[in-house]
Amino acid sequence: MAMNIFQNFFKKIFSNLFRNKKEIKLGFYGPPNAGKTSLANRICKDFTGEEIGTVSKIPHETRAVQFKEKVEIDYKGKKMVFKMIDTPGIATKIDYEDFLKYKLKKKDAKKRAKEATQGVVESIKWLDDMDVVVIVLDVTENPYNQVNITIIGNLVARKIPVLIVANKIDIGKSDIKKIEAAFPEYDVVGISAKYGKNLEEFYESIFKLSKKVK
Amino acid sequence: MVKNKNLGKIKGFTIQFLPYSEIRYLNSNERIKKILGIVLGNNIIILQGKLRPEEETRLIGDTMAMIDHVKNFKGIELAVISGNGEDGFFTKMKQGVANALAGGDFGAVTIIGPATIVKEIKKNPKKIELFLKNT
Repeated sequence: MAMNIFQNFFKKIFSNLFRNKKEIKLGFYGPPNAGKTSLANRICKDFTGEEIGTVSKIPHETRAVQFKEKVEIDYKGKKMVFKMIDTPGIATKIDYEDFLKYKLKKKDAKKRAKEATQGVVESIKWLDDMDVVVIVLDVTENPYNQVNITIIGNLVARKIPVLIVANKIDIGKSDIKKIEAAFPEYDVVGISAKYGKNLEEFYESIFKLSKKVK
Repeated sequence: MVKNKNLGKIKGFTIQFLPYSEIRYLNSNERIKKILGIVLGNNIIILQGKLRPEEETRLIGDTMAMIDHVKNFKGIELAVISGNGEDGFFTKMKQGVANALAGGDFGAVTIIGPATIVKEIKKNPKKIELFLKNT
Protein backbone atom coordinates (compact mmCIF):
# COMPACT_ATOMS: atom_id res chain seq x y z
CA MET A 1 0.00 0.00 0.00
CA ALA A 2 2.70 2.47 1.10
CA MET A 3 4.73 1.45 -1.96
CA ASN A 4 1.78 2.22 -4.25
CA ILE A 5 1.32 5.68 -2.71
CA PHE A 6 5.04 6.41 -3.24
CA GLN A 7 4.91 5.15 -6.81
CA ASN A 8 1.85 7.31 -7.65
CA PHE A 9 3.45 10.33 -5.99
CA PHE A 10 6.62 10.10 -8.07
CA LYS A 11 4.68 9.29 -11.22
CA LYS A 12 2.61 12.45 -10.74
CA ILE A 13 5.66 14.62 -10.11
CA PHE A 14 7.48 13.28 -13.16
CA SER A 15 4.47 13.61 -15.42
CA ASN A 16 3.98 17.22 -14.29
CA LEU A 17 7.64 17.93 -14.91
CA PHE A 18 7.31 16.46 -18.35
CA ARG A 19 4.14 18.46 -19.08
CA ASN A 20 5.94 21.71 -18.24
CA LYS A 21 8.97 20.80 -20.34
CA LYS A 22 9.47 23.23 -23.18
CA GLU A 23 8.66 21.97 -26.61
CA ILE A 24 11.65 22.72 -28.83
CA LYS A 25 10.74 23.95 -32.28
CA LEU A 26 12.88 21.92 -34.65
CA GLY A 27 12.81 23.16 -38.24
CA PHE A 28 13.85 21.24 -41.34
CA TYR A 29 15.19 23.55 -44.02
CA GLY A 30 17.03 23.16 -47.28
CA PRO A 31 16.73 23.09 -51.05
CA PRO A 32 13.95 21.09 -52.76
CA ASN A 33 14.31 17.31 -52.93
CA ALA A 34 17.10 17.10 -50.34
CA GLY A 35 15.05 14.79 -48.09
CA LYS A 36 13.63 17.12 -45.43
CA THR A 37 10.29 15.36 -45.27
CA SER A 38 11.92 11.92 -45.48
CA LEU A 39 14.01 12.73 -42.42
CA ALA A 40 11.10 14.31 -40.51
CA ASN A 41 8.96 11.28 -41.43
CA ARG A 42 11.63 8.87 -40.19
CA ILE A 43 11.80 10.62 -36.81
CA CYS A 44 8.03 11.03 -36.42
CA LYS A 45 7.40 7.41 -37.43
CA ASP A 46 10.00 6.14 -34.95
CA PHE A 47 8.63 8.13 -32.02
CA THR A 48 4.92 8.69 -32.75
CA GLY A 49 4.09 6.01 -35.29
CA GLU A 50 2.81 8.64 -37.73
CA GLU A 51 4.42 10.45 -40.64
CA ILE A 52 4.45 14.21 -41.16
CA GLY A 53 3.96 14.38 -44.94
CA THR A 54 4.25 12.73 -48.33
CA VAL A 55 7.47 12.39 -50.30
CA SER A 56 7.96 12.31 -54.03
CA LYS A 57 10.67 12.30 -56.69
CA ILE A 58 9.07 15.42 -58.14
CA PRO A 59 10.62 18.53 -56.58
CA HIS A 60 8.47 20.79 -54.38
CA GLU A 61 6.29 17.98 -53.04
CA THR A 62 6.05 19.91 -49.74
CA ARG A 63 4.44 23.21 -50.63
CA ALA A 64 3.13 24.27 -47.23
CA VAL A 65 4.74 24.18 -43.79
CA GLN A 66 3.67 21.01 -41.94
CA PHE A 67 3.94 20.19 -38.24
CA LYS A 68 3.95 17.40 -35.77
CA GLU A 69 3.61 18.49 -32.18
CA LYS A 70 4.81 16.84 -28.98
CA VAL A 71 7.26 14.45 -30.57
CA GLU A 72 9.13 12.96 -27.65
CA ILE A 73 12.52 11.70 -28.76
CA ASP A 74 14.09 9.16 -26.47
CA TYR A 75 17.82 8.83 -27.01
CA LYS A 76 20.03 6.79 -24.67
CA GLY A 77 17.55 7.22 -21.82
CA LYS A 78 17.30 11.00 -22.26
CA LYS A 79 14.07 12.51 -23.46
CA MET A 80 13.30 15.76 -25.23
CA VAL A 81 10.03 17.01 -26.66
CA PHE A 82 10.01 18.65 -30.06
CA LYS A 83 7.61 20.40 -32.35
CA MET A 84 8.73 19.18 -35.75
CA ILE A 85 8.38 21.77 -38.50
CA ASP A 86 8.91 20.54 -42.03
CA THR A 87 9.26 23.39 -44.51
CA PRO A 88 8.95 23.65 -48.31
CA GLY A 89 12.29 23.63 -50.15
CA ILE A 90 13.75 27.07 -50.75
CA ALA A 91 14.64 27.96 -54.33
CA THR A 92 15.41 31.12 -56.27
CA LYS A 93 13.59 29.99 -59.41
CA ILE A 94 10.53 27.89 -60.15
CA ASP A 95 9.49 27.01 -63.68
CA TYR A 96 6.37 24.95 -64.25
CA GLU A 97 7.99 23.44 -67.36
CA ASP A 98 10.43 21.60 -65.10
CA PHE A 99 7.49 19.62 -63.70
CA LEU A 100 6.36 18.54 -67.17
CA LYS A 101 9.41 16.24 -67.31
CA TYR A 102 7.73 14.22 -64.56
CA LYS A 103 4.69 13.75 -66.79
CA LEU A 104 2.49 16.21 -64.94
CA LYS A 105 -0.26 17.82 -66.98
CA LYS A 106 0.39 21.47 -67.86
CA LYS A 107 -2.46 22.63 -65.64
CA ASP A 108 -1.18 20.60 -62.67
CA ALA A 109 2.41 21.71 -63.29
CA LYS A 110 1.34 25.36 -63.25
CA LYS A 111 -0.64 24.83 -60.05
CA ARG A 112 2.33 23.08 -58.46
CA ALA A 113 4.66 25.93 -59.47
CA LYS A 114 2.30 28.56 -58.04
CA GLU A 115 1.96 26.67 -54.75
CA ALA A 116 5.72 26.11 -54.63
CA THR A 117 6.45 29.86 -54.90
CA GLN A 118 4.05 30.49 -52.02
CA GLY A 119 5.71 27.67 -50.07
CA VAL A 120 9.13 29.33 -50.39
CA VAL A 121 7.72 32.59 -49.03
CA GLU A 122 6.13 30.69 -46.13
CA SER A 123 9.41 28.88 -45.33
CA ILE A 124 11.25 32.17 -45.14
CA LYS A 125 8.61 33.68 -42.86
CA TRP A 126 8.99 30.75 -40.44
CA LEU A 127 12.75 31.24 -40.02
CA ASP A 128 12.18 33.58 -37.08
CA ASP A 129 10.13 31.04 -35.14
CA MET A 130 12.66 28.20 -34.92
CA ASP A 131 14.65 27.12 -31.85
CA VAL A 132 16.95 24.72 -33.70
CA VAL A 133 17.28 24.17 -37.45
CA VAL A 134 18.43 21.15 -39.37
CA ILE A 135 19.68 22.06 -42.83
CA VAL A 136 19.13 19.01 -45.00
CA LEU A 137 21.43 18.84 -48.02
CA ASP A 138 21.60 16.25 -50.76
CA VAL A 139 25.13 14.87 -50.51
CA THR A 140 25.24 14.27 -54.27
CA GLU A 141 24.61 17.96 -55.07
CA ASN A 142 27.00 20.92 -55.09
CA PRO A 143 26.86 22.36 -51.54
CA TYR A 144 27.96 25.84 -52.67
CA ASN A 145 24.41 26.59 -53.80
CA GLN A 146 23.68 30.15 -52.70
CA VAL A 147 20.34 29.14 -51.16
CA ASN A 148 22.17 27.01 -48.57
CA ILE A 149 24.53 29.85 -47.71
CA THR A 150 21.66 32.34 -47.51
CA ILE A 151 19.62 30.18 -45.13
CA ILE A 152 22.60 29.53 -42.87
CA GLY A 153 23.56 33.23 -42.94
CA ASN A 154 20.06 34.11 -41.77
CA LEU A 155 20.10 31.56 -38.98
CA VAL A 156 23.47 32.81 -37.77
CA ALA A 157 22.16 36.38 -37.79
CA ARG A 158 19.20 35.22 -35.68
CA LYS A 159 21.49 33.19 -33.37
CA ILE A 160 19.57 29.97 -34.06
CA PRO A 161 21.64 26.78 -33.61
CA VAL A 162 22.22 24.90 -36.88
CA LEU A 163 22.97 21.30 -37.69
CA ILE A 164 23.86 20.34 -41.24
CA VAL A 165 22.70 16.94 -42.40
CA ALA A 166 24.28 15.36 -45.46
CA ASN A 167 21.46 13.14 -46.64
CA LYS A 168 21.48 10.28 -49.16
CA ILE A 169 24.80 8.75 -48.07
CA ASP A 170 23.38 5.46 -49.36
CA ILE A 171 23.92 6.69 -52.93
CA GLY A 172 27.19 5.52 -54.45
CA LYS A 173 28.67 8.85 -55.56
CA SER A 174 27.97 10.56 -52.24
CA ASP A 175 30.79 12.51 -50.58
CA ILE A 176 30.27 14.18 -47.20
CA LYS A 177 33.70 15.81 -47.34
CA LYS A 178 32.50 18.32 -49.92
CA ILE A 179 29.80 19.52 -47.52
CA GLU A 180 32.24 19.59 -44.59
CA ALA A 181 34.64 21.67 -46.68
CA ALA A 182 31.86 24.08 -47.69
CA PHE A 183 30.70 24.60 -44.08
CA PRO A 184 33.79 24.10 -41.88
CA GLU A 185 32.25 25.97 -38.93
CA TYR A 186 29.33 23.55 -38.53
CA ASP A 187 28.75 19.98 -37.47
CA VAL A 188 27.90 17.86 -40.48
CA VAL A 189 26.19 14.51 -39.93
CA GLY A 190 25.94 12.08 -42.83
CA ILE A 191 22.70 10.07 -42.87
CA SER A 192 20.34 8.18 -45.08
CA ALA A 193 16.79 9.22 -44.16
CA LYS A 194 15.43 6.64 -46.56
CA TYR A 195 17.17 3.70 -44.89
CA GLY A 196 17.53 5.16 -41.39
CA LYS A 197 21.32 5.03 -41.55
CA ASN A 198 23.44 6.83 -38.91
CA LEU A 199 20.48 8.37 -37.09
CA GLU A 200 22.18 7.77 -33.71
CA GLU A 201 24.78 10.43 -34.51
CA PHE A 202 21.98 12.70 -35.74
CA TYR A 203 20.02 12.38 -32.46
CA GLU A 204 23.16 12.96 -30.43
CA SER A 205 23.87 16.19 -32.32
CA ILE A 206 20.25 17.35 -32.04
CA PHE A 207 20.26 16.77 -28.25
CA LYS A 208 23.55 18.64 -27.95
CA LEU A 209 22.23 21.63 -29.92
CA SER A 210 18.84 21.64 -28.20
CA LYS A 211 20.51 22.04 -24.82
CA LYS A 212 21.68 25.48 -26.04
CA VAL A 213 18.07 26.58 -26.45
CA LYS A 214 17.07 28.87 -23.60
CA MET B 1 -0.60 39.59 -64.29
CA VAL B 2 1.97 42.13 -65.50
CA LYS B 3 3.10 41.46 -69.06
CA ASN B 4 6.73 41.71 -69.96
CA LYS B 5 7.23 40.86 -73.63
CA ASN B 6 11.01 40.94 -73.48
CA LEU B 7 11.44 38.34 -70.72
CA GLY B 8 12.56 34.97 -71.98
CA LYS B 9 13.28 36.21 -75.52
CA ILE B 10 16.98 36.79 -75.69
CA LYS B 11 18.50 38.64 -78.59
CA GLY B 12 21.31 39.70 -76.35
CA PHE B 13 21.76 40.61 -72.76
CA THR B 14 23.64 43.14 -70.75
CA ILE B 15 25.93 42.60 -67.86
CA GLN B 16 25.44 45.55 -65.61
CA PHE B 17 27.99 46.47 -62.98
CA LEU B 18 26.42 47.87 -59.86
CA PRO B 19 28.94 49.60 -57.61
CA TYR B 20 28.15 49.38 -53.90
CA SER B 21 27.98 53.18 -53.79
CA GLU B 22 24.71 52.95 -55.75
CA ILE B 23 22.98 50.95 -53.06
CA ARG B 24 24.88 52.01 -49.95
CA TYR B 25 22.33 54.58 -48.82
CA LEU B 26 19.26 52.68 -49.96
CA ASN B 27 17.12 50.82 -47.44
CA SER B 28 16.44 47.10 -47.92
CA ASN B 29 13.20 47.73 -49.81
CA GLU B 30 14.85 50.09 -52.25
CA ARG B 31 17.84 47.78 -52.75
CA ILE B 32 15.64 44.80 -53.63
CA LYS B 33 13.45 46.95 -55.87
CA LYS B 34 16.49 48.28 -57.73
CA ILE B 35 18.01 44.83 -58.20
CA LEU B 36 14.78 43.21 -59.39
CA GLY B 37 14.14 46.15 -61.71
CA ILE B 38 17.48 45.56 -63.42
CA VAL B 39 16.97 41.78 -63.58
CA LEU B 40 13.51 42.21 -65.16
CA GLY B 41 15.17 44.15 -67.95
CA ASN B 42 16.98 40.93 -68.95
CA ASN B 43 20.23 42.05 -67.39
CA ILE B 44 22.78 40.18 -65.37
CA ILE B 45 23.99 42.20 -62.41
CA ILE B 46 27.47 42.12 -61.02
CA LEU B 47 27.17 43.78 -57.66
CA GLN B 48 30.20 45.03 -55.82
CA GLY B 49 29.94 43.58 -52.31
CA LYS B 50 27.00 41.59 -51.04
CA LEU B 51 23.57 41.99 -49.54
CA ARG B 52 22.84 41.35 -45.87
CA PRO B 53 21.54 37.82 -45.12
CA GLU B 54 18.03 39.15 -44.41
CA GLU B 55 18.13 41.07 -47.69
CA GLU B 56 19.07 37.91 -49.56
CA THR B 57 16.04 36.07 -48.15
CA ARG B 58 13.90 39.11 -48.88
CA LEU B 59 15.18 39.04 -52.48
CA ILE B 60 14.22 35.36 -52.75
CA GLY B 61 10.78 36.01 -51.23
CA ASP B 62 10.07 38.98 -53.50
CA THR B 63 11.30 36.96 -56.48
CA MET B 64 8.81 34.21 -55.66
CA ALA B 65 5.99 36.74 -55.38
CA MET B 66 6.95 38.17 -58.78
CA ILE B 67 6.89 34.79 -60.51
CA ASP B 68 3.16 34.77 -59.90
CA HIS B 69 2.65 38.30 -61.10
CA VAL B 70 5.06 38.93 -63.98
CA LYS B 71 4.52 36.87 -67.11
CA ASN B 72 7.57 34.89 -68.32
CA PHE B 73 9.49 35.61 -65.12
CA LYS B 74 10.75 32.35 -63.63
CA GLY B 75 13.01 33.59 -60.91
CA ILE B 76 16.67 34.40 -60.53
CA GLU B 77 20.03 32.75 -60.28
CA LEU B 78 22.13 34.13 -57.48
CA ALA B 79 25.68 33.59 -56.32
CA VAL B 80 28.04 35.38 -53.99
CA ILE B 81 31.76 34.85 -54.18
CA SER B 82 33.78 36.00 -51.23
CA GLY B 83 37.49 36.63 -51.31
CA ASN B 84 38.11 35.94 -47.64
CA GLY B 85 36.61 32.48 -47.23
CA GLU B 86 39.65 30.75 -45.75
CA ASP B 87 41.10 33.54 -43.63
CA GLY B 88 41.75 33.03 -39.96
CA PHE B 89 39.76 34.52 -37.10
CA PHE B 90 41.83 37.72 -36.68
CA THR B 91 41.96 38.44 -40.41
CA LYS B 92 38.19 37.98 -40.55
CA MET B 93 37.77 40.26 -37.55
CA LYS B 94 39.96 42.95 -39.11
CA GLN B 95 38.04 42.55 -42.36
CA GLY B 96 34.77 42.89 -40.44
CA VAL B 97 35.90 46.18 -38.89
CA ALA B 98 37.11 47.45 -42.27
CA ASN B 99 33.79 46.46 -43.87
CA ALA B 100 31.84 48.20 -41.13
CA LEU B 101 33.85 51.40 -41.67
CA ALA B 102 33.51 51.20 -45.44
CA GLY B 103 29.81 50.40 -45.22
CA GLY B 104 29.88 47.09 -47.11
CA ASP B 105 31.85 43.92 -47.86
CA PHE B 106 34.00 44.86 -50.82
CA GLY B 107 35.85 41.56 -50.74
CA ALA B 108 32.74 39.94 -52.20
CA VAL B 109 31.01 40.00 -55.56
CA THR B 110 27.35 39.10 -56.10
CA ILE B 111 25.99 37.88 -59.41
CA ILE B 112 22.26 37.97 -60.01
CA GLY B 113 20.61 37.08 -63.30
CA PRO B 114 17.14 36.19 -64.57
CA ALA B 115 16.54 32.43 -64.68
CA THR B 116 15.28 32.84 -68.25
CA ILE B 117 18.85 33.68 -69.31
CA VAL B 118 21.06 32.14 -66.65
CA LYS B 119 20.57 28.40 -66.46
CA GLU B 120 22.94 27.81 -63.59
CA ILE B 121 25.70 29.46 -61.65
CA LYS B 122 28.18 26.87 -60.49
CA LYS B 123 30.26 28.03 -57.63
CA ASN B 124 33.40 26.75 -56.08
CA PRO B 125 35.07 28.73 -53.33
CA LYS B 126 37.14 30.77 -55.78
CA LYS B 127 35.44 30.32 -59.12
CA ILE B 128 32.06 31.14 -60.58
CA GLU B 129 30.83 29.56 -63.79
CA LEU B 130 27.82 31.04 -65.51
CA PHE B 131 25.83 28.69 -67.72
CA LEU B 132 23.41 30.40 -70.07
CA LYS B 133 20.23 28.95 -71.50
CA ASN B 134 20.15 27.88 -75.15
CA THR B 135 17.95 30.18 -77.16
